[in-house]
Amino acid sequence: MLKVENVEVAYGNIKAIKGISLEVNKGEIVTLIGSNGAGKSTTLRAISGLLKLKSGSITFEGNRIDGKEGHEIVAKGICQSPEGRRIFPRMSVSENLDLGAFLRNDKDGIAEDRERVLELFPRLAERINQKAGTMSGGEQQMLAVGRALMGKPSLLLLDEPSMGLAPVLVDMIFETITKINEQGTTILLVEQNALAALSVAHRAYVLESGNIKLSGNAKDLISDPEVTKAYLGG
Amino acid sequence: MAGVTYKTRQLRRRYVERSFATIAVAGGSFWLLINLIKSPSQFTEVTFTGLSNGILYALIALGYTLVYGIIELINFAHGDLFMLGGLFSAHFITLWFNQNHPTGAGYGVLLLCLVAVMAFCGIINVGIERFAYRRLRRAPKLAPLITAVGMSFIIQFVGLRWNGSGQKTWPSLLPAGNLKFLGVRLPYTTLISFIVTIPVLLALTYIVTQTKQGKAMRATAQDQDASRLMGINVNRTISFTFGLGGALAGAAGLLFEQTRGLTTYNLGYQLGLIAFTAAVMGGIGNLQGAVLGAVIIGLIQGWNDGLPIGLGQQWSNTVVFSILILLMVFKPTGLLGKPMTEKV
Repeated sequence: MLKVENVEVAYGNIKAIKGISLEVNKGEIVTLIGSNGAGKSTTLRAISGLLKLKSGSITFEGNRIDGKEGHEIVAKGICQSPEGRRIFPRMSVSENLDLGAFLRNDKDGIAEDRERVLELFPRLAERINQKAGTMSGGEQQMLAVGRALMGKPSLLLLDEPSMGLAPVLVDMIFETITKINEQGTTILLVEQNALAALSVAHRAYVLESGNIKLSGNAKDLISDPEVTKAYLGG
Repeated sequence: MAGVTYKTRQLRRRYVERSFATIAVAGGSFWLLINLIKSPSQFTEVTFTGLSNGILYALIALGYTLVYGIIELINFAHGDLFMLGGLFSAHFITLWFNQNHPTGAGYGVLLLCLVAVMAFCGIINVGIERFAYRRLRRAPKLAPLITAVGMSFIIQFVGLRWNGSGQKTWPSLLPAGNLKFLGVRLPYTTLISFIVTIPVLLALTYIVTQTKQGKAMRATAQDQDASRLMGINVNRTISFTFGLGGALAGAAGLLFEQTRGLTTYNLGYQLGLIAFTAAVMGGIGNLQGAVLGAVIIGLIQGWNDGLPIGLGQQWSNTVVFSILILLMVFKPTGLLGKPMTEKV
């Protein structure tokens, strides 16, 4: 479904990712793990068209999408819940969700998805008219994920959905990710919380200073001694 | 100990601010009250004049604040765009359509001119953004700023070539004379200013708050990358914003030309500065703030210039800017402005 090939991205002269290749198949949860600064968010930003590639290609459902503008990529069915949540703080929860469905015109479908999002995150329903900037970090995270779902993506990119959340909420977010996947959305998940990510994902890539260091089935990686040592605190 | 003194100082500061504001407002109200008692009809007339000037400023101020709100740029060329709108209207009505006094056909031309001048200034503003500002969006803030100053001079030069260096007078299609009501005389031109401006302001409010394009504008103003991730075409949204601001400046240009009957090439500097001040006073980036600031400045000028007991016209700008400076000292974000920290 998504194919990233030999992609390089640089900020000025500094290469953030140095020729990585990865693949996401329909129906999967694929996770991209690695330490701070490994290039995980850069990869997602490149896929979403927020960064220009230095070289390489990105193909989605058989079509090249690198070089396209961010809004064109959303139109193709890739939505992202970005790092740091990036909700619109001066708008209400409801308006934020509406913006998630910005490109859609199917009123009934939007209403249906809205209901589904509020079912996944009942807290958002309680705060529907509150200004998003006044909510807690966890609630904002739910809103960011919910907002991305409102675009009815075929591929959902999640960047650090567990960042800064209380442990109870972390569990809840990962449960929700599984639920979203079971409802038919393919997911590419970027996480620092490697254990949690590996336990929900089908496959995984380990990123280290801009290169893919390891890849494989999530189950295998979870017991891989190298991964355990570097990322699972074992 | 340190904490206590800090707290006391804060409280004292707030107390001083409050009493100062109270004295200022009380003094102002007292002055207005005396004038009202002395000559109620003159007070009403002057208030109306102030209001109508205020909404003209508002049309221009909105252009500054719309653009600032979305890309944090002070578009110095905006006042000059207003000047160009005035020149365009004068030529459109007087020279191209040969209309020089109030007739039925004249009103038709006036309406046509409103549409044409809004499109004219809107397109120019979109062009300015496209060619001069867009490439500088990621550049250090001073680069687009100085480009905007340059753009202002370029448009002034165009105005100079088009209008000549002097002031030109033009016939008005608006009826002369006054509406007399309980001894108060209200010029028809003032009333027509309201009739034109209020629907334009309502339309703007509708566009910004109710339409999809307006939603895209508000989202882009808060976070461009997040807006891209929603599928919003950020470049087109910014172009739309410049177009909207330009159209308002065009409407203001027509209104000014028809109510005052004159054009000069450096009008944009004078009125642009006042309108920009209004936008800052109201809290730059805030649409209601721009209208509020503009109406306040219009009223202050009107009262100061026209009331029987007042400092008179030669003090007009001194009074306006003194009030602005005082306001800024106590409320740096402007009347309705939001604290900077909210923009992460």
